[in-house]
Amino acid sequence: MVNSQGRPTQPQAGSENSSGTDRPTFTGNRALQLEEPLIFETGRTDITGVDLAEPDEFASRLGGHGRTAPIDLPALSEPEAMRHYVRLSQKNYAIDMGLYPLGSCTMKHNPRLNEQSARLPGFSDIHPLQPQSTVQGALELIHELGRWLVTITGMQAVAMSPKAGAHGELCGMMAIKAALTARGKTPTKVLVPESAHGTNPATAALLRYSVVDVPARKDGTVGADEVKRLIAEHAGDIAAIMLTNPNTCGLFEPEIAEIAEAVHEAGGFFYCDGANLNAIMGKARPGDLGVDAMHINLHKTFSTPHGGGGPGAGPVVLSGALAPFAPLPFVEKDGNAYRLVETEHDDGGSHPFGRMTAFHGQMGMFVRAYAWMLSHGSDGMKQASEDAVLNANYVRAGLADLMSLPYPDHPSMHEVLFDDSFLKDTGVSTLDFAKAMIDEGYHPMTMYFPLVVHGALLIEPTESESRASLDLFIATMRDLVMAAKGGESERFTGAPHFAPRRRLDETRAARNPILKWAPPAPYEEAAE
Amino acid sequence: MRYLPHTDQDRADMLARIGVGSIDDLFADIPADKRLKAPLDLPPHCGEMEVARMMRGLAAKNLSAVETPFFAGAGAYRHHVPAMVDHIIQRSEFLTSYTPYQPEITQGTLQYLFEFQTQVANLTAMDVANASMYDGSTGTGEAVLMAHRVTRRNKAVISGGLHPQYRAVVENLSQMADDRLDILPPDPAGSEDIIARIDDETSCVVVQSPSFYGQLIDMKPIAEACHAKGALLVAVFTEVVSLGLIEPPGAQGADIVVGEGQSIGNGLNFGGPYVGLFATRQKYVRQMPGRLCGETVDAEGSRGFVLTLSTREQHIRRDKATSNICTNSGLCCLAFTVHMTLLGEAGITRLARINHAKACRLAERLDAITGVSVINESFFNEFTVRLSEDAAETVERLTERGIVAGVPVSRLEPHNPDLADMLLVAVTETTTDDEMDRLVTALQEVA
Repeated sequence: MVNSQGRPTQPQAGSENSSGTDRPTFTGNRALQLEEPLIFETGRTDITGVDLAEPDEFASRLGGHGRTAPIDLPALSEPEAMRHYVRLSQKNYAIDMGLYPLGSCTMKHNPRLNEQSARLPGFSDIHPLQPQSTVQGALELIHELGRWLVTITGMQAVAMSPKAGAHGELCGMMAIKAALTARGKTPTKVLVPESAHGTNPATAALLRYSVVDVPARKDGTVGADEVKRLIAEHAGDIAAIMLTNPNTCGLFEPEIAEIAEAVHEAGGFFYCDGANLNAIMGKARPGDLGVDAMHINLHKTFSTPHGGGGPGAGPVVLSGALAPFAPLPFVEKDGNAYRLVETEHDDGGSHPFGRMTAFHGQMGMFVRAYAWMLSHGSDGMKQASEDAVLNANYVRAGLADLMSLPYPDHPSMHEVLFDDSFLKDTGVSTLDFAKAMIDEGYHPMTMYFPLVVHGALLIEPTESESRASLDLFIATMRDLVMAAKGGESERFTGAPHFAPRRRLDETRAARNPILKWAPPAPYEEAAE
Repeated sequence: MRYLPHTDQDRADMLARIGVGSIDDLFADIPADKRLKAPLDLPPHCGEMEVARMMRGLAAKNLSAVETPFFAGAGAYRHHVPAMVDHIIQRSEFLTSYTPYQPEITQGTLQYLFEFQTQVANLTAMDVANASMYDGSTGTGEAVLMAHRVTRRNKAVISGGLHPQYRAVVENLSQMADDRLDILPPDPAGSEDIIARIDDETSCVVVQSPSFYGQLIDMKPIAEACHAKGALLVAVFTEVVSLGLIEPPGAQGADIVVGEGQSIGNGLNFGGPYVGLFATRQKYVRQMPGRLCGETVDAEGSRGFVLTLSTREQHIRRDKATSNICTNSGLCCLAFTVHMTLLGEAGITRLARINHAKACRLAERLDAITGVSVINESFFNEFTVRLSEDAAETVERLTERGIVAGVPVSRLEPHNPDLADMLLVAVTETTTDDEMDRLVTALQEVA
């Protein structure tokens, strides 16, 4: 069974254990690979891993709101807890272990200087609402980071508070909606290319815009003619275009400036998804391309760690037209002092559209990103982008003869997109191919995205990879392609063979969702 | 440049292998007149030692909460985090991993997410919790949107006890989506009649307990009134430690519970990153926002975990998704779950009791000062005092004496003169007797 993207929704049947030469162990462990139960199976509610002294008798002020039933939260002592989490950690792949070529995610090295900096008590142990006179260093850092972001992108202003990329998109689109409203306009549609991240149409929908799909051209880019045609078709009703550049096919949109101009002429704004900023630092500035708003994923380009899915940070840079509508709060420099503007005030110039979040944004991520920027500087950031693009094209050059490039006419930017036509008639799907990469010690690339090509494989090596690392990756990929073409389908359809788990049944998880641990059912019930 | 492995020779060899003459050939698609000719107007790269020095310099300009008597709360709390927590979240395998899209090699992340979901569900007495939101405020916004989806209505009633910045987040989302709001005025005493505002068009009622002002709210009658009109009760908290001691929202009839989890495992960090907790009833699970981790089996029948019910999400449903949320607060929820595992039932209960006991003691002492009165009938670890003068000025004056006395309500409700003399005072297990003595003495002198 496959879903609409051609992706199998359940593991292939009959995946016999090809690692069966391995003798089963009594424990289920395999040397360093240790099975680990849930805390609910090993923990106890009558112990604790934290020593706290019972307070003296006191008159409670709970006013009758006290808890009446147990919580059911087991504890582990510190040594047990340490072992639990260390064992769990060893079931994870990570950038620090190897190449992590997830396209569109920019899995680059995470310098530990940044972690150390974020843990200075002067950053980690300050309260968002303590007097501003006691947090001048924090406000200065936010202000300076904002200045770097504005300079790198050639924009006019920045909203620092959004918590992640998708939250930044929401912020940018809100600024656009506020600016349109201020002009007395209420257009209802947003243009979104088919190749866009799913967050783009989801964001537009949150603001009650309807989405008009922009088809990609045969070469993987968006054509200005098509955009103009759609603007004419929906005359007067286009609020914005949401365009990713470089786009999710890994290509720089060559007609981007013309597209921006057409949207502006129609009274709309240009939202740029900045997920792929890592390709163009020091090479081109979104502000020069006509962009009005763009979020920046600090966890991608500026290497605050991904942390298993977050936290991220998504500051939004804004054009002059949108700057007055930036949300609260923002930092202003006043002589040598920094001031945090948290509530609306009458200065005539600014009309903040509202507030995205409590407090002031992801300070912990700001510190890390700023340390990264200071470390790289103007020259290092440009070099990082050049190396990221060099590495993607090097991988492409090493694989283009064996894998299928849907868009051979343009150089790739920082990521290279293949489709699955090289797997035709092999019985191996993109998913199978990805799972076989796991057995070879690699995290797979992004699969089945973007949706504009069949069985997409999107590879982003980042600037962190050495030439030797890329050579080994290319050689491994070539071996795998040859094996697939050579009929070794079991190597793929049964993969992964050597990971902590064999292929997991996602259909079963969705059909009968178990989202919380529950004690095992009594015997009679379980035996029905 | 220490983070970049290539030598110039590598680069030249690689360009030759690619078959281009220069790196700029790879950027040929950038229109010629848009290419950046000059370097960015920013300083050049710096060594680790120099950057560390600059970062220390900036950090030194801030007053950290461990250095001083500290009573600020209002949605962010100073707590002790066990040393083990930071060690675990800094492990490479957790720190430098991505969202667990390849479950076979991310069982570590997935299992802790599953454990986190269970802990949050049990703590709130709800059926299911998601694998975390950005924070409590944005989670509250998501809860209101979810209630609109469930009820197919679009009017939310917002309690005057809700954190003003949470309210602002909801207001902003609602305004942008053309949804309706009925916002009650600030309610320091917890005496508003919110039930009277519920009608047949109400999608949900949003109530915070302990409220922004510290007051504990009996949500049972509100839940009953909501359900009688087909509306949902969204219960909010900003101090998760309170759930160790007070009746959980799930036991009071809440339909969606959302709160800030920072207090467990996560530092103050000047307001972020934090971790939003989000739980609901089983019947609404398919309307939930955000990532969910579920149990399944692998091809050999071994138990394993995967991200599931993703047909709710933006990468599948695009403009029909339940939310645009993509990442979560993975590492912050790891910090939460490690700390909670160390605490367990006995630990969280005792931690809550210590917080409450200390707050009771300080409240009694402050209330005894002439010109200072505690306005709350009930509270957990934070309460509101009314001063005889502007609270923001008092805070400034005490700051000069090295005491962070709390958060003046006017910082978050600036346009309301009735609230100008109110100060929020938070007490946790980290508050020492000496700190309390110093606050009491200082207030006696200035009040």
